[in-house]
Amino acid sequence: MTTQQANTKQIWHWLELVPDPEIPVISVVDLGIIRDVEWKGDVLEIIITPTYSGCPAMAVIAADIRAELVKQGVNKLSLKTQIAPAWTTDWLSDKGRARLEEYGIAPPRQAGTPQHCPLCKSTSVEKISQFGSTPCKALWRCTSCLEPFDYFKCI
Amino acid sequence: MSALFQFLLRQGDNTLVLGHRVSEWCGAAPALEEDIALANTALDLIGQTQMWLGYAAEIEEAGRTADDLAFLRDAYDFRNLLLLETPNRNFGHTLLRQFLFDAYQVPLLASLESSTDQRIADIATKAGKEAQYHLERSQDTVIALGDGTEQSHTIMQDALNRLWSYTGEMFESDIVDEAMTANGIAPDPTSLRDVWNTTVDAALKLADLKAPEDNFAHKGGKNGRRHTEHLSHMLSTMQVLQRSYPGASW
Ligand SMILES: [Zn+2]
Repeated sequence: MTTQQANTKQIWHWLELVPDPEIPVISVVDLGIIRDVEWKGDVLEIIITPTYSGCPAMAVIAADIRAELVKQGVNKLSLKTQIAPAWTTDWLSDKGRARLEEYGIAPPRQAGTPQHCPLCKSTSVEKISQFGSTPCKALWRCTSCLEPFDYFKCI
Repeated sequence: MSALFQFLLRQGDNTLVLGHRVSEWCGAAPALEEDIALANTALDLIGQTQMWLGYAAEIEEAGRTADDLAFLRDAYDFRNLLLLETPNRNFGHTLLRQFLFDAYQVPLLASLESSTDQRIADIATKAGKEAQYHLERSQDTVIALGDGTEQSHTIMQDALNRLWSYTGEMFESDIVDEAMTANGIAPDPTSLRDVWNTTVDAALKLADLKAPEDNFAHKGGKNGRRHTEHLSHMLSTMQVLQRSYPGASW
């Protein structure tokens, strides 16, 4: 048990250890949903912005954050949801984008389409469906290696 | 009931009722990709409902929550558009209903982004991004099916004939809308008609579908006076758990 308050830099580092439950190669920090971390007296307040309105992972994410911080000795926590400004894929970290690609998910692009197939890097790709395995992803297919892949939608 | 509370119920009930209808496809859609797309659309709509009804419950100050409003009200307390409670019938019909609503919801939410009520502006900004890609998908699908095979075309034209008389209610303005417009909280629904017509006419043309000439409009959903019998049936399924086991939670 820590008796002293951890500084916020340390807290951010601990939050890096909490994976996105649906895309475990990136952390909740990489996802850009942690908007602020601040001590309010002896209570640690964390501001979270949901990705999609109906994202079922948000409850799991909140529970995972709580579990990690309790493990690190932070017991008094207040997790607050903030919807404005609305989450945007622009908040995904560069590290997060690179990890997504390595994992086989094409990262979001302003152009609205994947840059290339995350597997063979071919630029010959086509959309199969606007929705993939989760609301945040669309389903695409590479016409070179013929593999289907998820594209993280740009919003 | 305050005008603001009623306005918020209308928004939340629209997304709740449509969200539930769309969720009825889960596990039963014609292809896996469509099944996933429908389930995800339903999730977005239910998520938006939590924001609208959550705010409505706060405004009401009667100690109710968004869940109470969704699961413990009767049909006559609902304020959704009649269009959205109509049964799914078939895949084409479901997507056409979605399109007719999305084409309305996108400009409505865009306008609400500059609402004088900051909370409404925030919800609209969040929901607007989702409505935008719902519209892209429903529009593409309506065009593909309308301009598809003879069979898909026939099904889409039949759906349009059935749904058309439910579209007029979206543009009806009443005393609640007048109060919202006067305070700069929401636009007058009649002002959304032109942009809706432009979107819908363009898509129907590409889909080779003809809207009926008759502009008769069914009304009574947004003011709760005359819902169709379909809403009660839908609620009996949607609310059964909370009605049978009051207070049950995950
Ligand atoms: Zn490839």
